[in-house]
Amino acid sequence: MLRLVSASKPASAGLLTKVVPSSLAGRRTFASTSARQADITLTVDGKEVTVPQGSALIQACEAAGATIPRFCYHDRLAIAGNCRMCLVEVERSPKPVASCAMPAMPGAKVWTNTPLVHEAREGVMEFLLANHPLDCPICDQGGECDLQDQSMRYGTDRARFHEITGKRAVEDKDLGPLVKTSMNRCIQCTRCVRFANEVAGVEELGTTGRGNDIQIGMYVEKTMNSELSGNIVDLCPVGALTSKPYAFHARPWELKHTDSIDVMDAVGSNIRVDSRGVSVMRVQPRPNDDVNEEWISDKTRYAYDGLRFQRLTTPLVKQGDRFVPVTWEDALAAVADGLRASGATGDEIQAVAGHLADTESMVALKDLVTRLGSDNLAIDSVGGHAAPSHAVDVRSNYLFNATIPGVEQADCILLVGSNPRHEAAVLNSRIRKSWLHTSLEVGLIGERVDTVYGYDYLGADAKAVADFVAGKGDFAKKFKNAKKPLIIVGSAITEHADGAAVYNALAKYVEKNKSQLLTPEWNGFAVLQRVASRAAAYEMGFVPSRKASQTKPKFIYLLNADEVDPKSIPRDAFVVYQGHHGDLGAQLADVCLPGAAYTEKGMTWVNTEGRSQMGRAAVPPPGASREDWKIIRALSELVDSPLPYDDVLSLRDRMWEISPTLVRYDTLEPTSVDVALAGLKTLAAGTASAKVSGKPFVKPVSNFYQTDPISRASVTMAHCTRAFVKGENYGFSETSSKSEAAYA
Amino acid sequence: MFAARLPKRIPRLPHPVRRISSSSCRRSEALFVHRDTTYNNPKIPFEFSPDNLKRAQEIISHYPPQYKKAAVIPLLDLGQRQNKGWTSISVMNYVAKLLEMPPMRVYEVATFYTMFNREPIGENFVQVCTTTPCMLRGAYDILDTVCTQLGGIKPGDTTKDGKFTVIEVECQGACSNAPMLVVGDEFYEDLTPETTKKVLEAFAKGQKPKPGPQSGRHTSENSAGLTALTSKPYGPGEHCQPEFQ
Repeated sequence: MLRLVSASKPASAGLLTKVVPSSLAGRRTFASTSARQADITLTVDGKEVTVPQGSALIQACEAAGATIPRFCYHDRLAIAGNCRMCLVEVERSPKPVASCAMPAMPGAKVWTNTPLVHEAREGVMEFLLANHPLDCPICDQGGECDLQDQSMRYGTDRARFHEITGKRAVEDKDLGPLVKTSMNRCIQCTRCVRFANEVAGVEELGTTGRGNDIQIGMYVEKTMNSELSGNIVDLCPVGALTSKPYAFHARPWELKHTDSIDVMDAVGSNIRVDSRGVSVMRVQPRPNDDVNEEWISDKTRYAYDGLRFQRLTTPLVKQGDRFVPVTWEDALAAVADGLRASGATGDEIQAVAGHLADTESMVALKDLVTRLGSDNLAIDSVGGHAAPSHAVDVRSNYLFNATIPGVEQADCILLVGSNPRHEAAVLNSRIRKSWLHTSLEVGLIGERVDTVYGYDYLGADAKAVADFVAGKGDFAKKFKNAKKPLIIVGSAITEHADGAAVYNALAKYVEKNKSQLLTPEWNGFAVLQRVASRAAAYEMGFVPSRKASQTKPKFIYLLNADEVDPKSIPRDAFVVYQGHHGDLGAQLADVCLPGAAYTEKGMTWVNTEGRSQMGRAAVPPPGASREDWKIIRALSELVDSPLPYDDVLSLRDRMWEISPTLVRYDTLEPTSVDVALAGLKTLAAGTASAKVSGKPFVKPVSNFYQTDPISRASVTMAHCTRAFVKGENYGFSETSSKSEAAYA
Repeated sequence: MFAARLPKRIPRLPHPVRRISSSSCRRSEALFVHRDTTYNNPKIPFEFSPDNLKRAQEIISHYPPQYKKAAVIPLLDLGQRQNKGWTSISVMNYVAKLLEMPPMRVYEVATFYTMFNREPIGENFVQVCTTTPCMLRGAYDILDTVCTQLGGIKPGDTTKDGKFTVIEVECQGACSNAPMLVVGDEFYEDLTPETTKKVLEAFAKGQKPKPGPQSGRHTSENSAGLTALTSKPYGPGEHCQPEFQ
């Protein structure tokens, strides 16, 4: 059962080389989930409740509607059973039982509301508080603290704490620029340790000492280098781990919560934007089992301070070599004049959709450009001025067809030119989860990276793909025998010179092995987009025709396009930049139109699976900036081809005309096997003449913390870059800087 | 007669106050985080000697390969013995590397068990038991004697010449021979302040006194003399039918 992915297996010959154990988790644990078995029935507080066998007693109590206080138990983490707060009374048990660590037994009689239970909770609470400082007024967790709430609800109403010696004192740890520690407040629930080891793959966090002296930490001085470290702040039931950038900024009761969607990657994590007045104070995850479970990446969580800096707040027109603030009328007139003066006609008008462009504005821009007679719809990526090699006629050619929860069903995953750890950190935690608990095999073609699980390294270039398709090497054989194999193609492949050849090879491979890879239940060909707008852009056909892609543009409309290569813009072209940050795109522009950032507009976002989700505006756009689609709508009047929608609802009707999936929110519409096969056939036919240059694939994200204008403007992300990417002032023990094995 | 109508005065009982013990809790003086020092930092190399490496491989072979990390305690002990009686960060890192486990998992073990010394100790590691049975038999006198004998150091200290380290420990399982102390791996039992001095003097001279009870009694036999099994044990054939004799 236990699969050793490191040293004890002999390294196989040929291309297939084992990853060295020092850089990667060496081993995983035995499968720790048992197969779901028959349901059992038990009685909780006199109520009969039926739960699956193997559930914890606490789950049965929850199912019966009884609230059980807890600190250490978390339904997405392993069970520790060390806080003892969840004690309940079970018939014929001499003592109260910790319900999180006790399996529910058929026919058991459980009470959660008896004097014994009350007394037990009171006692536990007293012990927990005996070493907990009374600093709630200066604690950032105040108002959303489990200990505070539960001591009010379950604790005793009077103190008998007379220790002259005072309370335990523990020194604070430095976990880096994101997590602030105040270890005196720690109650040793070990949620953070379990999260770090199981989910994030940071195996440096643990407990040292014992008994009264136990503390959470890394023993040696080290920062917590993980893309998911911010989640331990949410997990911490007390104020021991709090958010450093948010420290002393706001109290939870002052904040307005807005449910929204994250745009820092293409996962479309569900977030809750907490705002006060006009500023976003923090971003928290919102549970959604189909997307992000309960986690979000650090960039999602902490890049929000970038929304305050470098913003475009007023329309700007370039005069000479400087930008002059103008009114909206003047700015839009300047754009219309520029279009006329540039003499651009037909395909010489180019629109470029950037990473953070919302679906509505892209639809409006596409409509506008099409009305102006152009087909030159480019995407802000390497090679984005031409149609992608996978074409966009069939959705399954560019979407993550296996779905994000589906990753956990896969028993063999091949990553092609992708590092999910940086391109979709939350998705990566699912792969790690599956890798820890099942016999999942992972293979990687591309640049060697530290994923947080072991993998077979197959090579760095298109040749490795060809070898894999030809069935050479152990991994290819394993993949052939897998029941639910999954190929994850990174978005960087599309941008690579050999992308077409790789797609061709893989499409043929999938067609050939459709009995496993393409069945009504399972579509094992998945493209992992890394950019929030990309799936929507493909969905609406935001790609140029062949003729258009070869036309030299004279008028360029950059919609949130900040990754453009300045050399790709002709010197004499008139450039309009619409976006929210004064980043690269704005520097190139003749006119800047200030748009709204994702927290300031209620727009549609399509994630890499093709799931449409609705973001919501939490705060108003700053200054004179406006919602993006409105800017385009206003501009359409001035260029004499008004768009036929006046409000966002009619715009969404237009989106429905383009593709109904764009406005079917929160659902997934899987592509049928026949259509997916047809898509692969056209893909294979379209790329049949592709040549292989043999250039190695490189990871598209070299600095996870700074990938878009928001995170580039963020001070917190700059701190993270300094600490984690450049490693300045940090990094203590070289010998132990890498994770090696699974926890437990 | 109106007394019955008056509200009854319930005698006010003193409120039952439970008290948490107000004694000071004992906290370990050891530090549970690592600090780089000149004598203890990860740059100091450590490797098992060829002999110890062989023993380590033997220990590791006792466990199934996927549970190699089960050997962490014996290996740390081996490392501690090789490293002059203390487990430096280099020892822990080396053991982690050898067992292919994250170093933190080794640190957790090494900090949990008090017998892993994470600071250097003297040549002779004197552990005086002060748990109840020893205490009742005068362990504190023994501890005082040890401390004064070694130049007035306190438990936890090392003598200036680096020859002795004294600590107070919990039960070593030799209660029947209380009071006792441990030097290195040897138990010295049935101590009196005088015999304690003798033991320490011998160690100071570099000798190794005979371990076991210092009172002259054999193991933990009754100190008042034997009360049972005093006669000569019968040999083969005794008490048997004549034909078997």
